[in-house]
Amino acid sequence: MGQDHEHDSDGHHHGSELSEMQLRVRALETVLTEKGYIDPAALDLMIEAYETKIGPHNGARVVAKAWSDPVFKHALIADATKAVQSLGLISRVGDHLIAVENTPGLHNMIVCTLCSCYPWEVLGLPPVWYKSAPYRSRAVNDPRGVLSDFGVALAADMQIRVWDSTAETRFIVLPMRPAGTEGWSEDKLATLVTRDCMIGTGLPKLAHEVA
Amino acid sequence: MDGIHDMGGMHGFGKVEPEENEPVFHAAWEGRCLALNRAMGAIGAWTIDEGRAGIEQLPPDVYLSSSYYGKWALRLQNMVIARGLAGADELAAGHALHAAKPLKRKLAAADVPRTLTRGSFGRPAPAPARFGAGDRVRARNMHPATHTRLPRYARGHVGVIEAVRGCHVFPDSTAVGAGEDPQWLYAVVFDGRELFGETADPTLKVSIEAFEPYLETPEP
Repeated sequence: MGQDHEHDSDGHHHGSELSEMQLRVRALETVLTEKGYIDPAALDLMIEAYETKIGPHNGARVVAKAWSDPVFKHALIADATKAVQSLGLISRVGDHLIAVENTPGLHNMIVCTLCSCYPWEVLGLPPVWYKSAPYRSRAVNDPRGVLSDFGVALAADMQIRVWDSTAETRFIVLPMRPAGTEGWSEDKLATLVTRDCMIGTGLPKLAHEVA
Repeated sequence: MDGIHDMGGMHGFGKVEPEENEPVFHAAWEGRCLALNRAMGAIGAWTIDEGRAGIEQLPPDVYLSSSYYGKWALRLQNMVIARGLAGADELAAGHALHAAKPLKRKLAAADVPRTLTRGSFGRPAPAPARFGAGDRVRARNMHPATHTRLPRYARGHVGVIEAVRGCHVFPDSTAVGAGEDPQWLYAVVFDGRELFGETADPTLKVSIEAFEPYLETPEP
């Protein structure tokens, strides 16, 4: 952040791609800035937003609200863009957000086989695995195999619905509320809601895991 | 485009490897790269579909061996050169050497909140929807060499319209600079066995979001 674009905090992956990409991206930023197309301060703000403001904590609030408020849940299923907007968590929610509800007989899972479409506003930037070839290839023809990679096993007769995000519609899974959480506040319920359970590759935490 | 990006249903890529406590970015350049790409999109240098086509046009070996933001960096480089916004000589030198091409606008810090919201792709309908919820449809057996959002695994298969999403910008058109050409968009749901054969998981259903030109009425 700030004016130092040398970025020595390189994270954990090393090797030739890192230095090559660092140089490539630095050259792009310098040239596009000198040309007057962009302002590095705008880039700083965007990065800050993705690192601090936009993330699965927003989706968790949505799910917790839907678990506690049947009127909100109804509105969320009817029009998730409008319902999430009404919570005021996010300045403006993109059009065509769709919430899909897990039930005792149906498990939903979200993928983008063609690229990396993902509900950024409610879940933040997608994790690396979501954008990876193994997930994108197998989610549609072997969702149970994918779920086992996440340590999740569903009942053999559970119906599975995979939503391939092939247009500008975006999906968020509304998982089932875990048992033993009666009377919990929305704040406490939100602690059960993982990013993966809103993609459908996980289930919410159990009550005893956060109690 | 029947490219490597169209991965749904392919075999051989191995297990999914979730990362515990994954950071938003694994290196600072990834954040810069994301923001640069978003900024150039936000000032109208290209549409989202032209950008997606730019990724798909990377050579398959490069696509598979590059990291996600690595692909974004290569795409950005290719697109600014192709559109005359910067020269390969300038990117090699790391500095501007020639005059800028006039753009509609510059992305200023004050514009950032707007860029954080996904664009709106709904458009007024030029004609009534051809299909309705409950209709059986076949995904066309089509193989355009340019950008399309109809995945290969669905082509030729019969599904059911589950929802009519409204009329949307047509990616196949905007990706080639031919205008928005709005088309009706549908959620089409397929049985797993229809897509992947008798041995597919009998509990599986897969849906795609399909534009009207991707669909036809199947023979009875």
